[in-house]
Amino acid sequence: MLNRARSLFCPLLVAVCSTAISMQSSAEEEVERWGLNMTEGVTATSRNIYGLHMDILIWCCVIGVVVFGVMFYSMIMHRKSRGAKADNFHESTTLEIIWTVIPFAILIIMAFPATTTLKEIYDTDEADMDIVITGYQWKWKYEYLGQDVSFFSLLTTPSSEIKNETAKNPNYLLEVDEPLVIPINKKIRFLITANDVIHSWWVPALAVKKDAIPGFMNSSWTRVDVPGIYRGQCAELCGKDHGFMPIVVKAVPQAEYDEWITKRRESAAKLKAMANQTFTFDELYTKGEQVYNTACVACHQPGGVGIPPTFPAIKGSLVATGPIEGHLNMVINGSSKNPAMAAFGEQLSEVDLAAVVTYQRNAFGNNMGDSVQPIDVLKAKQ
Amino acid sequence: MAHGPAKGLTRWLYTTNHKDIGSMYLWFSFAMFLLGGVFALVIRAELFEPGLQIVEPELFNQMTTMHGLIMVFGAVMPAFVGLANWMIPMMIGAPDMALPRMNNWSFWILPFAFAMLTGTLFMDGGAPNFGWTFYAPLSTTYAPPSVTFFIFAVHIMGASSIMGSINIIATIINLRAPGMTYMKMPLFVWTWLITAYLLIAVMPVLAGVVTMMLFDIHFGTSFFDAAGGGDPVLFQHVFWFFGHPEVYIMILPAFGIVSAIIPTFARKPLFGYSSMVYATSSIAFLSFVVWAHHMFTVGMPLAGELAFMYMTMLIAVPTGVKVFNWIATMFRGSMTFETPMLFSVAFVILFSIGGFSGLMLAIAPADFQYHDTYFVVAHFHYVLVPGAIFSITAGVYYWLPKWCGNMYNETMGKTHFWLAFIGLNLTFFPMHFAGLAGMPRRIPDYNMMFADWNMLSSIGAFLFAGAQILFLYNVIATIRSNNKATAEVWENPEGLEWTVPSPAPYHTFSKPPKLS
Repeated sequence: MLNRARSLFCPLLVAVCSTAISMQSSAEEEVERWGLNMTEGVTATSRNIYGLHMDILIWCCVIGVVVFGVMFYSMIMHRKSRGAKADNFHESTTLEIIWTVIPFAILIIMAFPATTTLKEIYDTDEADMDIVITGYQWKWKYEYLGQDVSFFSLLTTPSSEIKNETAKNPNYLLEVDEPLVIPINKKIRFLITANDVIHSWWVPALAVKKDAIPGFMNSSWTRVDVPGIYRGQCAELCGKDHGFMPIVVKAVPQAEYDEWITKRRESAAKLKAMANQTFTFDELYTKGEQVYNTACVACHQPGGVGIPPTFPAIKGSLVATGPIEGHLNMVINGSSKNPAMAAFGEQLSEVDLAAVVTYQRNAFGNNMGDSVQPIDVLKAKQ
Repeated sequence: MAHGPAKGLTRWLYTTNHKDIGSMYLWFSFAMFLLGGVFALVIRAELFEPGLQIVEPELFNQMTTMHGLIMVFGAVMPAFVGLANWMIPMMIGAPDMALPRMNNWSFWILPFAFAMLTGTLFMDGGAPNFGWTFYAPLSTTYAPPSVTFFIFAVHIMGASSIMGSINIIATIINLRAPGMTYMKMPLFVWTWLITAYLLIAVMPVLAGVVTMMLFDIHFGTSFFDAAGGGDPVLFQHVFWFFGHPEVYIMILPAFGIVSAIIPTFARKPLFGYSSMVYATSSIAFLSFVVWAHHMFTVGMPLAGELAFMYMTMLIAVPTGVKVFNWIATMFRGSMTFETPMLFSVAFVILFSIGGFSGLMLAIAPADFQYHDTYFVVAHFHYVLVPGAIFSITAGVYYWLPKWCGNMYNETMGKTHFWLAFIGLNLTFFPMHFAGLAGMPRRIPDYNMMFADWNMLSSIGAFLFAGAQILFLYNVIATIRSNNKATAEVWENPEGLEWTVPSPAPYHTFSKPPKLS
């Protein structure tokens, strides 16, 4: 009965204003506005959840129509201005029993499909592959277990769009440098944790939302059946840039995925080899500027001025104008006093670390004139 | 009536009179309501359109945190205590509260708590910025230095609430007029009695959790730090063990107010009095066993998830009973729609809508999509604004003539109602859609696909705020007017408070009334 009601009701609801929003618009598409309803998504689980959502919504609407109908009838008909005389009834055990039992029965009807769906969501066994997802302030790290591939995924929306200086692109705040790439029709298990505070990994089209908790590992899973780009956001307040750490999942056919993971593995190996090379000052400085603008700028701000006291300035700071060892130690291991300064040793490559430290020592008028090579970083790490 | 109030400032500082203290609570809560409202307007102004315009993300997070804390602890709770102070002794035929000096103390520590909390806005590193639910470790290891002041302020608020509850329980148990048996007490007294027990049960839990935070921050413990053997999720369990009863603390007295007003204006006795008492008790009991429905996404075991889902769904039953009883009270009555009735009717409708979204949120698998989105923001504002705020407003209009002896301006009252009603729905209804479309809560900026609903919400918020200024003006104008009210004020209202003159004398029921 509910399924039929849903098929009647749902198009009606959706047609009233616009179609249901799904966060899967690709870059060329226009933004869908006036989104009214939950996305149906692209997995069996997400469709089950959508079904539950519509069922309970319809029950609520039906109850609402009956209850408010009686109420409005009474408010219109039983007005003093219409000459209504007040009755005096004020008790009926029969009525009380009826309106206790009926809601209870509805709840039991709803509890069965909800229980079944919940059991499915919790069944993380027999996955085809595992991906470890780690939340950081304010980015995500994806690690393909056993594949030697791991990378960070950061917001790419330019600050000029956020500050309203340039027009906003359709994927405003929902775009990253490196999306999570997964094969379709495979059961993928996500192992979700965090490095600092609690985050929550949420992609509506996958109907996966799981808290990323520092020191603990949560698990969830998905099996996507439609290739596409699916966007989501961090769903747990995690500090200043909570609104600026989106998630982008790219679901592709298996062959395309295999090609991608091979390339990714090769470039990772190449990056590792670069740690033994020597770079010129200009190379380091230029590279360092790029790294600064992705890894450091959120807290230390453009121009290195910071947001004291939580996020100190780099411009003229004692660390950036002091001995190189101290500076490297701060960047690699984080601050022992201020937890907001994370340890970047595992987050950035040796080349990036060398470059960014070089940049920080010479930009913003710090002008120390010295530079750091990847090999120095390796030594400092040991 | 041998002596009236003292003169000047000392009257208010030293007073042990339940009416004076009730008034102070109400004025204080209104001031906090405006302050929390200003914070809300900063949030809505920033969210008017995509992009960062008014405030930076740090300040935005401070605004959401302070808005929540001030509204919950500063506006809603003190307003209910104020109404309890004014009305409970008059409703049960008592001369005053049972513990008048403690009554004074429990009020006067509040302004200091909130001065300290608000003062954090001007501190180095800013005010608390971790949300009103202050999840660790964002509120411990990663918190601004002002968190210590926040903890101390919460301790003081808790002490005030506990003293207030002890006083209310002692008053109701000991000072009822002869013949006022428990099952003859007005529902407002009943709901407050149950609320007071809830407060005594959970405020120490809140005090405990903030003390654990204090130890983690300053004394090297690791209650909520996995690196030291603790667990961040433990924080959430303890917090919500307090937090869920807390949301019922903010709604049960509202049930009592509405149960007083609807019979008066339907000119018909309350339907199902005893089932109302049992339903309230059931809700209070269930509030202790549903806390983890706020945590469906933390990764609880399946069995826990299922148990909390079933328990939460069960709450719909006694809540439904209450709504049905109110409608049965209205049915075949002889209704008029003065301002208190308008707010009460809106309460029944809008609170039910909040109840519906609550039922949806209870379905754990669906909650994976709703959790921490604007759908949740819409839900709890639908239960708190029309629930708590509208019922308090209804109560103020209903009893104001008794308090100050003058009738308020009905046209202005109705205008206030319609502005607030339209403003509220315009603010919070679109949030359902924004949330379902995928907008997370507590974000200062968003994609354009959420832009339209947010713009409507922001317009509604300013309309709602404007309506409250009209309310303030109407109350002040009533107090200063000369439009005398009768002792009964309304047509045959039920309750002992209507048997004393308007304004109620400084001391009422020095001798217990005779109950018919």
